[in-house]
Amino acid sequence: MRKLIVMLFVCLPSLGFASGGGGPMMSANVDVTNTASLQRGAQTFVNYCLSCHSAQYMRYNRLAEDLGLTEDQVMENLNFTGHKIGEQMKIAMTGDDAQRWFGTAIPDLSVIARSRGADWLYTYLMTFYVDESRPFGVNNVRFPDVGMPHVLSELQGVTHAVFHEEVDEHGQTHSTFEEIEILSPGSQTEDEYERTVLDLVNYLVYMGEPAQVYRRSLGVKVLLFLAIFFVFAYMLKREYWRDIH
Amino acid sequence: MTNFVGWIDDRFPLTKVWNEHLAQYYAPRNFNFWYFFGSLAILMLVNQIVTGIWLTMHYKPDAAMAFASVEYIMRDVEWGWLLRYLHSTGASMFFVVIYLHMFRALLYGSYKQPRELLWIFGMVIYVALMAEAFMGYLLPWGQMSFWGAQVIISLFGAIPYVGEGLAQWIRGDFVISDATLNRFFAFHVIAVPLVLCALVFLHIVALHKVGSNNPDGVEIKNNKDENGIPLDGIPFHPYYSVKDIAGVVVFLFVFSIIVFFAPEMNGYFLEKDNFVPANPLKTPEHIAPLWYFTPFYAILRAVPDKLGGVIAMGGAIAILFVLPWLDRSPVKSMRYRGMLSKLALGIFVISFFALGWLGMQAATPEFTILARIFSLIYFAFFILMPFYTKMETTKPVPERVT
Repeated sequence: MRKLIVMLFVCLPSLGFASGGGGPMMSANVDVTNTASLQRGAQTFVNYCLSCHSAQYMRYNRLAEDLGLTEDQVMENLNFTGHKIGEQMKIAMTGDDAQRWFGTAIPDLSVIARSRGADWLYTYLMTFYVDESRPFGVNNVRFPDVGMPHVLSELQGVTHAVFHEEVDEHGQTHSTFEEIEILSPGSQTEDEYERTVLDLVNYLVYMGEPAQVYRRSLGVKVLLFLAIFFVFAYMLKREYWRDIH
Repeated sequence: MTNFVGWIDDRFPLTKVWNEHLAQYYAPRNFNFWYFFGSLAILMLVNQIVTGIWLTMHYKPDAAMAFASVEYIMRDVEWGWLLRYLHSTGASMFFVVIYLHMFRALLYGSYKQPRELLWIFGMVIYVALMAEAFMGYLLPWGQMSFWGAQVIISLFGAIPYVGEGLAQWIRGDFVISDATLNRFFAFHVIAVPLVLCALVFLHIVALHKVGSNNPDGVEIKNNKDENGIPLDGIPFHPYYSVKDIAGVVVFLFVFSIIVFFAPEMNGYFLEKDNFVPANPLKTPEHIAPLWYFTPFYAILRAVPDKLGGVIAMGGAIAILFVLPWLDRSPVKSMRYRGMLSKLALGIFVISFFALGWLGMQAATPEFTILARIFSLIYFAFFILMPFYTKMETTKPVPERVT
């Protein structure tokens, strides 16, 4: 029995969902109330992601509404696909083209933050590295052998992944990821690139559920109402039950 | 006003029903925390029906449109996100409430004579609720919807001779498909809810026939005053109606914390993989049902043989039906039972939680051994019950409730 309990406690920390892939998970402290960050993230998104990836459940006018922009600003700065303001962020590439060019279907990004999580996306976008054996010349630590090129490499630069290799007693080599080195810098410094990725992930988290900021603010009011309601409900109960006890 | 009620009473037993089931329905005065969950279960049923009606107005039961229509509800339908979260959180919280309600029955022997039929109606509700939840989970048409249904329906294939044909007949196709989605929608929004409402009605009729049990397990009907009113009974209305309102508010507080601040419950109420549209060509690495099925899923996987696993899983639920006849204790409430019963219930609860947790994990060899141990404990609780409830010495039960 004691053994069982020990086993349970040893296993408990693994409670959670494995999302596959290797390497450590970096943590992204996203803040969807930071409108400036969401605006920057949206800009990166439409410039670098929204040509292969769609966001087919996200409407342009919702962006205007939630990111503090006018519809004209959205049309001029964030809509390069030629869609109307009330339309969704769709792309021209078809699934068949994607299959032919990238060897795989390209996921829609509307709710990607809800299936992958912010930390996964942040780690993924931070850990592309040069690997000449791959079709696009890059590989990823978080998502090994991914089919996607490093679209942000002009910002991050040419990167190299440092792995720590260790041979165990069975003679097998285990490599653990240590860090990403910048071989030749891109247009952004390391700090700037981190912020760009953070803003982008922040935007993806927002896009996963545009109502979330309002949801939380409404929740506070609902809880306040229930707390006050409870005082009255409890007093009513006490009043009635006075003659029972 | 009296004239109006009189006019109705001449045509419909309004006052009679009101009195029999509320104003003059005498419930024991010593109900504790565990007795909130019956009324909370009704609250959850109403929540599911009402939010469900509105979701149905916007949802599309079509394999090509289902996933998108859920996102449409989340983004473009006014208050759609709230309806959806109330419904998804409601499903999980319904099971939380039902499990606590069932635990209450185990704790105070509420299934014992004369409440056997009341318990059986409750068990049928539980099974119907599982069917309702299982079919509802297919509707968002995410990866877990699809593969969860695929795994569970393929279990019917383990039945000898007719299995494969039966599984195909249920799906309406060789795999989970549009045909399956459409029929599950029909069952989820009309067939099973109708059955559930009818069963809940029967459950309450049976309850009001035999009267509520209480934490002491004392029959309050054995001590009546000169007017035939139980000495330890108080009218359900207003005493328990006002008490239940307070309970409902506390429950809604917890419920709202989840709905407004953690609707996914870190993957326990809304699984991460279900935000990926169903893809029949891509099996997820790890398929796990939602938390309320995982104890039984763990039992299924604990048995090395597929048919054996299905039988064990079915048996784990079926054995609950005969609980009233397994319990040989002369007393109802755990308060007056011996150490053996208390120990058995405690270990049973631990094994149920452990199985629930194991059912969410990938089946490694270590976990499979653990699942086998806990499955044995689960069944031992029931199979040994006639012996340990008979062997132990019980404490004297008081004449009146305490």
